[in-house]
Amino acid sequence: MATIAQRRKSLFESDSRPTRIRGDWKYKAFSYLVLTLIAFTMVVPFMWMISTSFKPVTEITKSNFFPIDATVDNYGEVLFNTELPRWYLNSIVVAVMTTVSVAFFDSLAGYVFAKYEFPGKRIIFILILSSLMIPTEMLIIPWYIMSVHPIIGSSWVDTYWGIAFPGMITAAGIFLMRQFMQGVPDELLDAGRIDGVSEFGLYWRIAVPLSLPAIGALCIFNFLGNWNAFIWPLIVTSSQKMFTLPVGIQFFSTESGSDWHLIMTGATLSVVPLLLIVIFFQRYIIEGIALTGLKG
Amino acid sequence: MSGLTLAKRKVIWAYIFLLIPIIFFAYIRIYPTLSAFQMSLYDYNPLSEEQPFVGLANYEELFDELSNPRSVTTAAFRNSAVYVALGVPLQLLLALGIALMLNEIRIFGTIYRLFFFLPFVTSTIAIAWVFRMLYQPQFGVFNVLLQAFSLPQQPFLKSPQQALPSILAMVIWQGLGFAIIIFLAGLKQIPRTYYDAAQVDGASRWQSFRQITLPLLNPSIIYLLVLQTISFLRMFAPVYAMTDQGSGGPLNSTTTVVLRVYREAFQGLNMGYAASLTVVLFGIIMSITVIQMFVSNRLVKT
Repeated sequence: MATIAQRRKSLFESDSRPTRIRGDWKYKAFSYLVLTLIAFTMVVPFMWMISTSFKPVTEITKSNFFPIDATVDNYGEVLFNTELPRWYLNSIVVAVMTTVSVAFFDSLAGYVFAKYEFPGKRIIFILILSSLMIPTEMLIIPWYIMSVHPIIGSSWVDTYWGIAFPGMITAAGIFLMRQFMQGVPDELLDAGRIDGVSEFGLYWRIAVPLSLPAIGALCIFNFLGNWNAFIWPLIVTSSQKMFTLPVGIQFFSTESGSDWHLIMTGATLSVVPLLLIVIFFQRYIIEGIALTGLKG
Repeated sequence: MSGLTLAKRKVIWAYIFLLIPIIFFAYIRIYPTLSAFQMSLYDYNPLSEEQPFVGLANYEELFDELSNPRSVTTAAFRNSAVYVALGVPLQLLLALGIALMLNEIRIFGTIYRLFFFLPFVTSTIAIAWVFRMLYQPQFGVFNVLLQAFSLPQQPFLKSPQQALPSILAMVIWQGLGFAIIIFLAGLKQIPRTYYDAAQVDGASRWQSFRQITLPLLNPSIIYLLVLQTISFLRMFAPVYAMTDQGSGGPLNSTTTVVLRVYREAFQGLNMGYAASLTVVLFGIIMSITVIQMFVSNRLVKT
């Protein structure tokens, strides 16, 4: 915990470095200029996407940046004449399902690996971590067969469980939580034991509250990752009603051509929650990446 | 359980807490991995009654195709190699440059970081479609800009020569934010005193960079090299979204190994062959990881 706190400090504390003396302002001015230009290229595609979503269909293939006759017709069409609201709901359900499960099971497993001694601990931990080295692409074919002929219940294809099951517990999250839970003081847990707190109570009432920042970062990453997931939802959904947003947006383009106004409006709507998350939790996300190297 | 010692009770609770995760990893991660190896030895078609065992025939077919320079499989592996060989160095160089500049400035630093970071958290599919529109002939922004400077229009995604670089540009652009943050974290670890000492000794900016920044940034560079190599190798969504009907066209000029896996397994229902492709991909990723461990171990020792 100490090292993490230190590293976080070094990462975010306002700079107390001495300023450089010679020729500094030239370099700074140059940096600001270049950074502004690059930042511009980062934002323009988003602005183009949003601006297109407000253009009437006849203006889509014109090259004006801002809509001449701004309209919300595209939003009306997307919300009332397509399945997009349903896809939105599906994406939320899947992202929330996996995030809740990951928050609970990853932190519980991380707690056990940090605070318990038991036979087979090392081998189980290594087996779980080694699954990080296996690319998802290798698993999708077996997952699909498992979903068509599951051991429990009827086909998982076209169900929320089918979309969500591969991400219900993550090895990276368990590793991250173990690192954090190691900072929970043993004295606190022992004191709890003496007071008669159950083993689950120790986890739930001591370890979890002390690790909330890490669990929060894990939740944000997991939500982003599942919101944007594409290849598995593409494979395991077959009816339009069960598409998630990324799969559904794809559906606005057919062999006869692409409905650009629908695609850009759908894309804008799918990006809105991400923008909110990034703006509100920017610090946590950047901190999380910097500390763990975790990729969303 | 009150008759047991505390240590024994803790062991039992540990297993109880780990029960569901252990079952999950065994059934959802380890079993499918073994299953992929097994499937690659069968002529596996999910629709047929029987799945005949064919030994190494899928691998023979795979290497036969690879020996034919015009086959789709060769195109897939070649393109994936090009994506890695161009994409990783370009992305890391750009990110390093931006991180160095971001590290210098103090005012608006957070705002800049937010901007660079935005594309990384956005859905690849949404971004890929936006770029696909920007690349359109006539009304796409890039062609409008070319026109404004009286330059000839370019086909971008519609040309077998330009499609791959066009997709690659979008992927590099989208992943920049991640690499920048890793570099920034690495830069903040370098003690300021080193630079001050170098300055006292009369070192130029370039010399400080070459002698202090670069060597001390080595762990971040290796980490990103491996991570981005693997992620470029596994490229799928951008190509699927930016080519017609997810074909990897025009003329297979943009197709990747994973796209090939997807099309063979889920459009051709040739799952045994697709599984053998994933085993080869797994082998490549595994070797990269092992090489990385070897290299970073040596670096730590020296």
